[in-house]
Amino acid sequence: MEEIPRWNCCGAVHSLADDDLIHQVAPVRNLIRVKEQGKDVVVTLCSFCFNTLKRANLLMKDDAEKRNTLNSFMDEEIDYSGDVRVLHLLEVLRDEIGWEALAQEVKLPLRNLKLAPYYGCTLLRPREVAIDSVENPTILREFLKALGATPVEFPESTRCCGSYQIVSSPDSISGYAWDILSSALSHGAEALVLTCPLCDYDLGQGQKELVKRHNGFKGMPLFYFTQLLALALGLDPRVCHFELNHGSPESLLRENNLLP
Amino acid sequence: MSARKKDKSPAETMVKKEREVSKAKLIPVHIMGKRYDVPEGLTLMKAMEYAGYKFIRGCGCRGGTCGACGTVYRKPGDYRLQVALACQKTIEPDMHIAQIPFFPANRAHYEFADLTSAPEEVFRLYPELFRCVACNACTKACPQGIEVMDAVSALKQGNIAVAAQIGFECIQCGLCTSRCFGELVQYHMFQLARRIYGARITPRAEHLIEMTKAIDEGRFDNTLEKLRHMSEEELKKLYQKREEEPVTAGEDWRPKDKTYL
Repeated sequence: MEEIPRWNCCGAVHSLADDDLIHQVAPVRNLIRVKEQGKDVVVTLCSFCFNTLKRANLLMKDDAEKRNTLNSFMDEEIDYSGDVRVLHLLEVLRDEIGWEALAQEVKLPLRNLKLAPYYGCTLLRPREVAIDSVENPTILREFLKALGATPVEFPESTRCCGSYQIVSSPDSISGYAWDILSSALSHGAEALVLTCPLCDYDLGQGQKELVKRHNGFKGMPLFYFTQLLALALGLDPRVCHFELNHGSPESLLRENNLLP
Repeated sequence: MSARKKDKSPAETMVKKEREVSKAKLIPVHIMGKRYDVPEGLTLMKAMEYAGYKFIRGCGCRGGTCGACGTVYRKPGDYRLQVALACQKTIEPDMHIAQIPFFPANRAHYEFADLTSAPEEVFRLYPELFRCVACNACTKACPQGIEVMDAVSALKQGNIAVAAQIGFECIQCGLCTSRCFGELVQYHMFQLARRIYGARITPRAEHLIEMTKAIDEGRFDNTLEKLRHMSEEELKKLYQKREEEPVTAGEDWRPKDKTYL
């Protein structure tokens, strides 16, 4: 696996307007950069990038008219026809490495940690880009099991966090956040595991407000899934920068002897 | 003096040049939409002057360095607009030429002393940075061949150092900005990036600080005093027998006389 030396922001949101091709230029250009490196697979850690790249890729593969327009607009680049595979890191762990092989590499099992897997939207919707069952995904659960943690399933795990609505209506976000966090708590989770920087922001900012509003709610630690992967594989925990996480997860990790 | 006598007078030179020009083949070019027949081999700038344009703005060094003469042209049968510095590009038959000597771009005002090396400084001063949709029109418009969009991406990624390095050869002609439909001001943003990079990110040259301190403290005063009292002949002799650093010298090259190291 090599980092792409040249890339631009994918645009973060897949444009839903049917004729809004200019917002497909950025993700398609990244896919062209992948080809320029002589590669035909690209892996992302961010589920928004994943969703945007994969949907732009499908468009280039399936829609000849739009493909031609985009290729002729980018006349300085090589023509592209959707032949790069777009993968999320979780798919690589599941399909290329396998949960058993991953479990064997674990140096510091996350024993006793009760973690709620939270998918949000962009790994599972729309169906054409989903990395797992849209209704009943298990990929995060299997991931957490491989790291030695105890997954805690809860009904809100695929519910939308509110996404960019936080900009225009911050109040509605704390509503979404409360439903998700309180449900995870009531099912016995000590922390939430997520794959998307925007979910992290919404649930993190949202819970600051919730702590004030809901008596007895002390907040809930949020983990980006790669942080737990690094910790379990025995990397120096300083690379994880847990001090930047929402919901102060460090004490939880210390209680379980996972941090010095 | 004797050498100068052999030269022709300025008037003679001009007549000769005009004769050469009149011998040259005339080719049609379209300047600001009007056709002129101009001698082939001229630069865009000279062709415009030949056609009667007088440059008050849009012309500076005439050596491809200052960026004042950004010019847009199109060749027959090609839909693409191309760009060049008018002082560098040679005319071609039926070219359409229009000069864009100045573009009314937004330039942020800031007190440099108050700026840190944080990328947020750029975001705050140029929030339009995030209007970029990666269309790459800026890169296509750069007469310096800079990967302009890559530098914009670097700024969006918060990497001021990479933006400063990619944009190092920017001559501030503004053609990128003239083509940007996100209305970004790439060249001013890169200038800010280079300033922050130079002043806040690159490591300080400690040896230079030490050396200037030593000079201030009088380390070379005696040497300079000696030079000041030398005759012209002595100075010439000294200059001629100086030890030169070979062009191929590596970093570890040292002169034989180490008195002044």
